[in-house]
Amino acid sequence: MSKFDKYLLTDQMPHFTCPGCTHGIAWQAMIRAIDNLDLSQEETVMVCAIGCAGKMPVYLDFPTIRTPHGRALTFATGVKLANPDLNVIVFMGDGDATAIGGNHLVHASRRNIDLTAIVATNEIYGMTGGQYAPTTESGRFASTAPFGMTENQLDVCKLAEGAGATFIGRSDVYHVQELQGLIEAGIQHKGFSLLEIFTTCPTQFGRRNNMKRSSDLIKNLKDLTVTKKAAEKMSSEELEGKLIRGILLDEDKPEYLETYDRVTGFTKEGEKK
Amino acid sequence: MKEGTLMSGNQAVAEAALYAGVKVCAGYPITPSTEVIELLSEKLPSHGGRFIQMEDELASIGVIIGASAAGKKAMTATSGPGFSLMQENLGYSAMVEVPIVIYNAQRVGPSTGGATKPQQGDIMQAKYGSHGDSPRISVMPGTVKEAFEITVEAFNLSEKYMVPVVILMDELLAHMRENITLPKKGEIEVFDRRTDAPPQNEYLPYRVDGTGIPVLPPLGGGYRYNISGMIHSENGIPNLDSQVIDECIRRINTKLDKYYDDIVMVENEKNEDAKIALFGFGSTTRPAKGAIKRAKEAGIEVELIRPITIWPFPEREVREVAKRVDKIIVAEMNLGQTYGLVKQAVEGRAEVISHQRVDSEHIGADELYNKILEISS
Repeated sequence: MSKFDKYLLTDQMPHFTCPGCTHGIAWQAMIRAIDNLDLSQEETVMVCAIGCAGKMPVYLDFPTIRTPHGRALTFATGVKLANPDLNVIVFMGDGDATAIGGNHLVHASRRNIDLTAIVATNEIYGMTGGQYAPTTESGRFASTAPFGMTENQLDVCKLAEGAGATFIGRSDVYHVQELQGLIEAGIQHKGFSLLEIFTTCPTQFGRRNNMKRSSDLIKNLKDLTVTKKAAEKMSSEELEGKLIRGILLDEDKPEYLETYDRVTGFTKEGEKK
Repeated sequence: MKEGTLMSGNQAVAEAALYAGVKVCAGYPITPSTEVIELLSEKLPSHGGRFIQMEDELASIGVIIGASAAGKKAMTATSGPGFSLMQENLGYSAMVEVPIVIYNAQRVGPSTGGATKPQQGDIMQAKYGSHGDSPRISVMPGTVKEAFEITVEAFNLSEKYMVPVVILMDELLAHMRENITLPKKGEIEVFDRRTDAPPQNEYLPYRVDGTGIPVLPPLGGGYRYNISGMIHSENGIPNLDSQVIDECIRRINTKLDKYYDDIVMVENEKNEDAKIALFGFGSTTRPAKGAIKRAKEAGIEVELIRPITIWPFPEREVREVAKRVDKIIVAEMNLGQTYGLVKQAVEGRAEVISHQRVDSEHIGADELYNKILEISS
């Protein structure tokens, strides 16, 4: 019995994830963040969609809604429009958030609506058997890239920044100590927060890419990311192929619903003159 | 509102949605429905509601399901191409039993078709456009006055039976202006969904009582439960046990059966002297009545049967008419989508004659009168 059991549907355990999958590390960091911020379990709505990352609500004892593939941010927008007082956390996989749901990610970022969007990037479609994603590195192998990935890799954080998200953070499951704080900062930010967490998929990604053991993949993440501070001291050659982790952007801009309610003169029913 | 307002069908739909208590509208611009989102964007904030223009129709319907799951009445407005994009979440709404209202001002299809011309070509899509078997209510007003009344009813049915309701109008009715008197508050009953869920420790979202309809309290309103488009058992958690799958699919698809009389609205006046019946709906209602009047003057009795509810299909009423008459003309602005349904309901009791029009002109009283003459000789 852990103090976090109250957040879990323990009767649904054991969970479905493969040995060596690290989505659970991201989920755990999120739950620790919710606990540390003392968010109301009843008033924190979790929105997920499809894929391994989308299956999270099955194990969480929160008000949860699991949407069609890619649509989590649209449902979350609806929940927020109906009740802006709720904490709304959207947990998505990289394919879900950036391929089929890419348009929604762009526009939720642009609106700066107060949602916390967590994207678990493992560079692969795990649930369907290892197809390449927009986030798959060039040259990596996937079940639909048997000759190696021929497309360019999407930078999720740059996409969100370009679209107008006001809080962007990135980390990975090796740097697990940093994750909780990053998620807390994202939840507390007023506006659209995008948190990209690099996770690992040994079953579908690792074994096709010479990283059969989960530890190989985690070590790969350790080498892949550098802190903002460390990056400042590195040359552009040293930074080649590296991803910067930490809080990449934290801007104070008017939140969508605050602006909407102010500009439109929104009044709750009964408040009318 | 002052008496006698000149109003288009689209305006009537928007006003009726406010009357029914809509609190969230999400939409994407599309002719010929756009006036609805324009009006709601202006009026919702002063009615305790919010409007949002989304990036596409996939998103619009997602927003309204999310808003409804959080306890607010929600709608979107669209036309054929947008309605096609919404099929994904239309099935989702039916599956998870979160009520929404979709207004579809039908235009000429298929594909981009013609934005400013009417058709009644989305009838089958309204029921069968999404994959798998799932329940639907769909209604077809015939006048601007009805556009108001039936839109309020659409929200009521949606809330009562926890099901998506599609209002099918067409470009003609959407843009036609008529003088109508808006009902005062309380004149038409407004129904809100049940919230009397048992306490959390006894609560299972899809364990239904004798009504067969689940009670889903607002997400974030105190209850913790999972809403999922996956096949789920009573606890809302995905479950692919074959017995659970069978029970889940059968329950959602039969839950409306015992409410048939409350849901199915038909305009029909029994005419014992008639040997011909005329089946028409939506903006064909008035031309049908005009043709019947002219036929009467010429000494031919014709009975009108006009479904206001098109899904569930009013097969009982159609069958009753078929017992009295020899021939039924089915007039529709498509290539016979309801003709087959009428034939199926009639089961050979009467000859069913299809009258189709897809040139985007409405079906006129003259052509229906001529059809009556042609088949009565």
